Formats: sequence, structure tokens, C-alpha cells
Amino acid sequence: MYPFEITTPLTIDAAVQALQNEEAQPLAGGQTLIPTLKARLAMPEVLVSLTGIKELQSIAERDGQLCVGAGVTHANLAKQTAQYPALAALAVDIGDPAVRNRGTIGGSLANNDPAACYPAAALASAATIVTNARAIAADDYFLGMFETALDEGEIITEVRFPIPQAAYYAKFTQPASRFALVGVFVARFADAVRVAVTGASEEGVFRWLDAETALSQAFSAQALDGLTVPTEGMMDDIHGTPDYRAHLIAVLTKRAVIAAG
Amino acid sequence: MTQVSMVVNGTAVNRDVADQTLLVDFLRNDLRLTGTHVGCDTSQCGACLVHVDGLAVKSCTMFAREAQDAEVATIEGQADPDGSLNAIQQAFQTHHGLQCGFCTPGMVMATAALLKETPKPTEHEIRTYLEGNFCRCTGYHNIVKAVFAASGQDVAQIAAE
Ligand SMILES: Cc1cc2nc3c(=O)[nH]c(=O)nc-3n(C[C@H](O)[C@H](O)[C@H](O)COP(=O)(O)OP(=O)(O)OC[C@H]3O[C@@H](n4cnc5c(N)ncnc54)[C@H](O)[C@@H]3O)c2cc1C
Ligand code: FES
Ligand code: FES
Repeated sequence: MYPFEITTPLTIDAAVQALQNEEAQPLAGGQTLIPTLKARLAMPEVLVSLTGIKELQSIAERDGQLCVGAGVTHANLAKQTAQYPALAALAVDIGDPAVRNRGTIGGSLANNDPAACYPAAALASAATIVTNARAIAADDYFLGMFETALDEGEIITEVRFPIPQAAYYAKFTQPASRFALVGVFVARFADAVRVAVTGASEEGVFRWLDAETALSQAFSAQALDGLTVPTEGMMDDIHGTPDYRAHLIAVLTKRAVIAAG
Repeated sequence: MTQVSMVVNGTAVNRDVADQTLLVDFLRNDLRLTGTHVGCDTSQCGACLVHVDGLAVKSCTMFAREAQDAEVATIEGQADPDGSLNAIQQAFQTHHGLQCGFCTPGMVMATAALLKETPKPTEHEIRTYLEGNFCRCTGYHNIVKAVFAASGQDVAQIAAE
């Protein structure tokens, strides 16, 4: 690692202030950032640790939405989210217990790894990503692999999830990394069905609109019969070909629909 | 340099460290507690697993500074004061849950965290919980047996594989 300093602000305001420094970067659970620093892929002068900020730690239901502070760890979300079981189940299946004790929802959404789990939940739930400056709809937030709508120095403070009537996250785990080889999050609301796919596209998480249309008419696995995802733009690596990933999307979407009920 | 204070295995410690010092390096190099191992240094293997305020964490993926004022538990604090093995360590010995022993400190600490949450885990719960702890020697079966035994359950219930 290159040398850097760590600051530990206690409020969002103080953290935003510290991030005015162009060479500063937020540090949440560190489960992605620390390996990145070790690989010398980043060279911040200052890490602004968000872990001491109490305002980022709350989980509460407000106006039918589950509001999760950006600093909530995967383990705490899994334990405290009875209102949205599919989201709790997603959190409990991230990585391993030690990763879940440190890693946070804010860090995951800010990083926007193309194989990460939370982006699928946020996009399928039509969540709102709230920052120190504004509220961003999930549809406008994910801009491609490791790319988001966040500006320099902007931090996520909260994620607001509308709670669906039924939902399920079907994850095909890549056993070595424990990320999703492909993951599909299906959420059924009173007026719409949303389907978000992670682990598949070179552009990162995306909505499978054909499946949404079919499922809005009839929420059943049969409604998806014959629907396929184009293989162009699917990731191609040693873990899976584009064909394989496209096939998995269809299979996992059916599984998610059946499990969501 | 920043002064870091924490309680490690019940003893208050206090050192000046560079901010980028990892907790594992603080434990091994500053405190000379070398029972916590570095297997991968890339957050994958769990050899460096310790408890921070009762929670299992990978000490290679946390800065020492972030354990300021925390209670840290490592393998060195696991045996009874007279040096005799605790129930988990004894079960690993009895059931041959180790060969080279490199992964064992992390395995024992992970097991301690599991049994605190789930005192009588099923075989499946044990395998799931230990997903982030790699062992290159044993093939895991004897580790699972050792954890099962440490929880006071009859290992005969676990089918031989
Ligand atoms: C072994 C292992 C297995 C894993 N398995 C999975 C898995 O199955 N599924 C999955 O989804 N993820 C997985 N992860 C990733 C894990 O979920 C990370 O915790 C997460 O991606 C990053 O969260 P963090 O809190 O650790 O963020 P950090 O590593 O601290 O930060 C990540 C990035 O986000 C920025 N950042 C952090 N917080 C904020 C904020 N509030 N606002 C703005 N920017 C911010 C940081 O500057 C940095 O660029 C795994 C990681 C490991 C090591
Ligand atoms: S050394 Fe920390 S996880 Fe391998
Ligand atoms: S006993 Fe050798 S790595 Fe586990």
C-alpha cells in the first residue's frame, strides 16, 4: 500500500468536509477498498472512515419504504430487516460471515461491481439512493461497470427501498469469489414487476424489460417460456461464456418467480 | 503516526502506528502475537480471522486504527489460563481437524464466533459459516466433525464422506 492518513469524522457534515480534499476517498467496510489499496490500484492521500458516523447506521421503515443507512453492514441488515425478507436473504448470502460483519450497503452500491448483489436489489426495488446532496432514482444511478452517478466527494447516506408484495433474489454463486456468477432479483409491486440482473452484462446491473412485461401480465414461470436474453454484451470469462450467462438469466428468473410466489 | 489503544485478549495495549497499518500487522509485528496468520492477504482465506468487539473479522482487511477502543480476541487468548486447550481447540485435536495447522487459528476463532451465535449448529450451518475459512490439508470433514463435537453434539451423527 502507498502511505495515507485516516480521518474518523463523527458526522456526515464532517465527512463531506474532509472529502473536499481531491485526494481523499471514503472508507466504509474496506472489504473492497483495502484489497484495492493493497494491489496499488488506488492512491488516496486521505481515507475518510465512515464507520464512526452514527447517522449512517439506522434501519427504519418510513412511508412503506425500508430506509437503510449507508453504513449498515450486511450482517446487521440480514438481522434487522424482517420487513423485506428477500433483501435480508440477499445480505446473508454475501461473501462469508467476516465479510458481512464489515462490508456495508453504501460501499457495495458506491463500488457497483458488475457481479455485486445489492445493485440488483436496488434496481429491482426501484430504490432511491440518497446522498449528502440529493436523491437519485436507482434507474438513473447505475451507469455501467464500476460507474455510478455519484460525483467526486459525494457520499451515499441512505438507501430507500419500496417494499414489494413479493420478491426473491436467485443467485448462482461463483464459488471461488462468492460473488454472483449471475444473480436475478425479481420484485412484484401492486402496479408493476421489476427484474434486475447482475453478474451478466459488461455494463453492470440491468433490467430485463421483456421479462418485466411478461410477468406484469401473469406472474408465473410459464409467462417466461420462450423468452431469451440476447448474448451481445454479456461478460465472457473463465467462469462463463456469454451464452451460458444469458441462459442462466432465464433459468434464474424463473426460479426467482417461483420462489417469490 | 497515530496512537492506537485497544484491549487485546483482556490486556490494554497502546502503540504508535502508521495509519495504513493493518490490524493483522499490528497484532503480529507490534504485539508479537504471531498466532494470527496471513494466508492470502486478499480477504479470501480467513487465516487472519480474529474477533473485534465479539464479531469475526478478517484482520488483513481492517486497519488497526479502526479497532481503536475495541476488544480484540485472538487465538492466543483462547486456551485456559493454565495453558490447557479450550473445548474448541481440544475438539480440533481429538478429531484431527488440523494437519499443518496454518489455517487452525482462523478456524478456531471462526468456530468460537459461530457457537456464540448458534450453540448447536447443524452440519450444514457449520459448512456455511466456515465458507470464508480455507484449509489446504484436511479436506474439511474433520474440521466439521471437530466443530460439531465442540458444540457438545455426537459426531457419530455426521455421515462419513
Ligand atoms: C471474500 C469476499 C466475498 C464477497 N462476496 C460478495 C458477494 O457475494 N456479493 C456482493 O455483493 N459483494 C461481495 N463482496 C463485496 C462486499 O460486499 C464489500 O463489502 C462491498 O462491495 C464494499 O463495501 P464496503 O463497505 O466494504 O466498502 P469499501 O471497501 O470501504 O468501499 C468500496 C468503495 O465504495 C466507496 N464508498 C464506501 N462507502 C461509501 C459511501 N457511503 N458513499 C460513497 N462512496 C462510498 C469507497 O470509497 C470505495 O471506493 C465480497 C467481498 C469479499 C472480500
Ligand atoms: S490473510 Fe486475511 S483472509 Fe487470507
Ligand atoms: S491444516 Fe493445513 S491448511 Fe488447514
